[in-house]
Amino acid sequence: MTPALFIQGLRVTIGAGTSAANVLRGVSLELQPGEVRGLVGESGAGKSMLGRAVLGLLPANAAIAAGRIAFEGRDLLAMREPERRSLLGRRIALIPQDPMTSLNPVKRIGAQVAILLRHHLASSRRAALQRAAELLAEVAIREPERVLGLYPHEISGGMRQRVLIAMAFACDPSLVIADEPTTALDVTVQRQVLQLVERLRQRHGAAVLFVTHDLGVVAKICRTMTVLHAGRVLEEGETAHVLARPGHPYTRALLAATPRADRPAEALRPVPPSLIENLWSEAHQFDRLAAAGPA
Amino acid sequence: MTDILLRTGSLSFAYPERAGLFRRPVPREVVKRVDLAVPRGSVLGLVGESGSGKTTLGRLLVRLLKPTSGGIQFDGVEISRLSEAEMRPLRSRIQMIFQDPQSSLNPRLRLGIILTRPLQVHGRLKGRRDRRDQAAALLDLVGLPTGFIDRYPHELSGGQRQRAGIARALALEPDFIVADEIVSGLDVSTQAHILLLLRELRARLGLTLVFISHDLSVVRVLCDDVAILHRGEVVEYGPVTRIFSAPQHAYTRQLLSAIPLPDVEPGWLDDASPIVIPHQQGSAA
Amino acid sequence: MVDLAHDLSVGHSSRLVAGLKRGGARLWIGVALVGILLLVSLLAPLIAPHDPIEQDLMSAQLPPAWINGGEPAYPFGTDSLGRCVLSRLIYSARTAVVVALIAASLAAVIGIAFGLIAGSFGGWVDQLTSRLIDVWMAFPPVLLSIVLAAVIGAGLTSVIAAIVVVDWTRFARVVRAETMTQLRRDYAAAARVIGLSRGGIMWLEILPNLVPLTVTLLAVEMGIAILVEVILSFVGISVAGDTPTWGGMIAEGRQIVHQAPWIMALPIGCIILSVIGFNLLGDGLRLLLDPVQRR
Repeated sequence: MTPALFIQGLRVTIGAGTSAANVLRGVSLELQPGEVRGLVGESGAGKSMLGRAVLGLLPANAAIAAGRIAFEGRDLLAMREPERRSLLGRRIALIPQDPMTSLNPVKRIGAQVAILLRHHLASSRRAALQRAAELLAEVAIREPERVLGLYPHEISGGMRQRVLIAMAFACDPSLVIADEPTTALDVTVQRQVLQLVERLRQRHGAAVLFVTHDLGVVAKICRTMTVLHAGRVLEEGETAHVLARPGHPYTRALLAATPRADRPAEALRPVPPSLIENLWSEAHQFDRLAAAGPA
Repeated sequence: MTDILLRTGSLSFAYPERAGLFRRPVPREVVKRVDLAVPRGSVLGLVGESGSGKTTLGRLLVRLLKPTSGGIQFDGVEISRLSEAEMRPLRSRIQMIFQDPQSSLNPRLRLGIILTRPLQVHGRLKGRRDRRDQAAALLDLVGLPTGFIDRYPHELSGGQRQRAGIARALALEPDFIVADEIVSGLDVSTQAHILLLLRELRARLGLTLVFISHDLSVVRVLCDDVAILHRGEVVEYGPVTRIFSAPQHAYTRQLLSAIPLPDVEPGWLDDASPIVIPHQQGSAA
Repeated sequence: MVDLAHDLSVGHSSRLVAGLKRGGARLWIGVALVGILLLVSLLAPLIAPHDPIEQDLMSAQLPPAWINGGEPAYPFGTDSLGRCVLSRLIYSARTAVVVALIAASLAAVIGIAFGLIAGSFGGWVDQLTSRLIDVWMAFPPVLLSIVLAAVIGAGLTSVIAAIVVVDWTRFARVVRAETMTQLRRDYAAAARVIGLSRGGIMWLEILPNLVPLTVTLLAVEMGIAILVEVILSFVGISVAGDTPTWGGMIAEGRQIVHQAPWIMALPIGCIILSVIGFNLLGDGLRLLLDPVQRR
């Protein structure tokens, strides 16, 4: 079966010339259709950068130095810009991190959902608005017609995130990149949002790359997971397996450093600094090798 | 009888809010009749989601805000009605660590100045030499290299900045510290270090803390007692072990069950809890 | 400590270097232009080839030296009264610089004081100050200066007074807004928690944060002051008649622009270069002084 997403040896650098620094150091990753994979890492791990690279939304000072990204067998990096753009939002969708800034503050919700449908599916204005209402109903928003007429600041953060989820699934994508979609939310709202993502994923049959720093969230929604640190994949596998018997010391350390409501305080073990230092020196060694010879 | 350092009685706070240009301002109550008693040397966790009023409550306790009604007794002294000037001598005993050290450390001052500013204000600095010594001692106390004296806040990582924020709060050797969401912006590995640092400092310096957080699991690491806040009211209040083992209030149970533990648990996503999210935005996220 | 693992090793000297780098070409061109202007006005008696008011009717309206008919003794030619254009330009720079420095600084001091008071007290104090500024700004500035000059009488003092009276609002408005922004940040709350008084917070915490802004504004204001001085001297209500000014030179040159265009063109060039110099200096200083990249 052709994987929904296939990434091989991806190296991304930020900056130019002598100050160029690697943020992704040869990442390989495979996502089967319908699979939900957690991409776990702390800040600076490059997890968001990976999602952005797939979407072609790298910041202006970042560049792909090496590697391959294929979506359903088609090379995204070799693709011409218009073709690639026609995939974005339709076949490959994004659930962004910040529900506050990801919606246009001066346009009504309805207009923002409808424009997506009209652009990608060439729906008529009427049909688009009707479909938009259905989509909002699908993410458990009551009175969707009324909400379509509201502005983003008039609804709560949890609601905004639901609207963004509805928009992500609007065109039946086969790949959804979820970039820390619940980080800004309260736990009770987070749970509902996770439930929604799972429900929509099942209904639309999309593969999801779920970027997060929260091992708990991964445990609940992702069947497989990839642990990233300093732009390198340290461990991957079935979530149940990785969490129960972590193979890499870093994964073990992260689990021990995560405070748990079901365990007493004494169980908390911070990540040993020497471990992090070792990981960084490994990463820098990779940089030297990459600089010495072309990857 | 236990020695209570801080006690609040029916503490309330309302923001005046204008409903319209010509309407009379309608007060919006964000903290409602809160009764707390913090024994000397203990840590109280204040837990709530956004809009629960936990940050406002924290700012009331250090008297950054003046309560609309109710009282706060600090070491037997009623401080709820004191003016800014009357509060000033007490400031050396009541401190606060802020959520976002990016914003709470003055971006244009070096760490050496920031950390010793409290000492300067209370006349406890004896010249330039002393300032450097004191700053170095404070940096050392929170596990930062003394070479950081001449650094600016933006030259530090998030965890380092939060350590600096803790050091500043400790400068005056206060009895009581309010820590407002101090680990929420940090990575897991950094967060554990900060939590354990605070635990160690508490034991070493005999601090009394109010630890504000949205995260029940973090609270468990540090706190003796927990108060659960919901829409400005304390819905449950008790020893941490009891709250975690036998939560009484439905909201506490909801909060506990919503925490995703890092264990695979089929069905966690199906078990839809009947939480109603209001359509309209109630308060800032 | 884990969070110490990847710290930025920034020393003292490299901080200044980094600042100068941020300032970039704008800073250097600004410094150069303003530096030349200051030097020229400071050393006017030494570098001017002639007395600027010495008339030589025998050699009136000589073209610049490099044009046919020009004389090496008058590098930029002479005006209709046979005065050396270069010397007059050099001495005019003196007037411009004196006005720019004194007027802009005074306007800054007054404006910053009002801005700080309005911004820190808020309430009715702020309302009062803000309304005062609003009303003040509704007057056409040049007209106000002309009226003022007419009332106090022409002269350097009245030019400076006119600029200060009009332009303090520029500082007051910006400083007020910035003070309010800064006071909302947690470091101001932290300053209150440690027991700092209102005055102490303003002086020790807020003021250092206003430095980049006010320095930038000051540089730009100096450019504006030069323009105002030019306008006032153009209409003849600046300094006494025989003191050379760029505005005066333009006014004189205007009458013989067809016969001797350089007499008008040269002071205009000087004005443009000075104002560009101050503006670039302001931009460059802002980048240099603000290490915290604003988002």
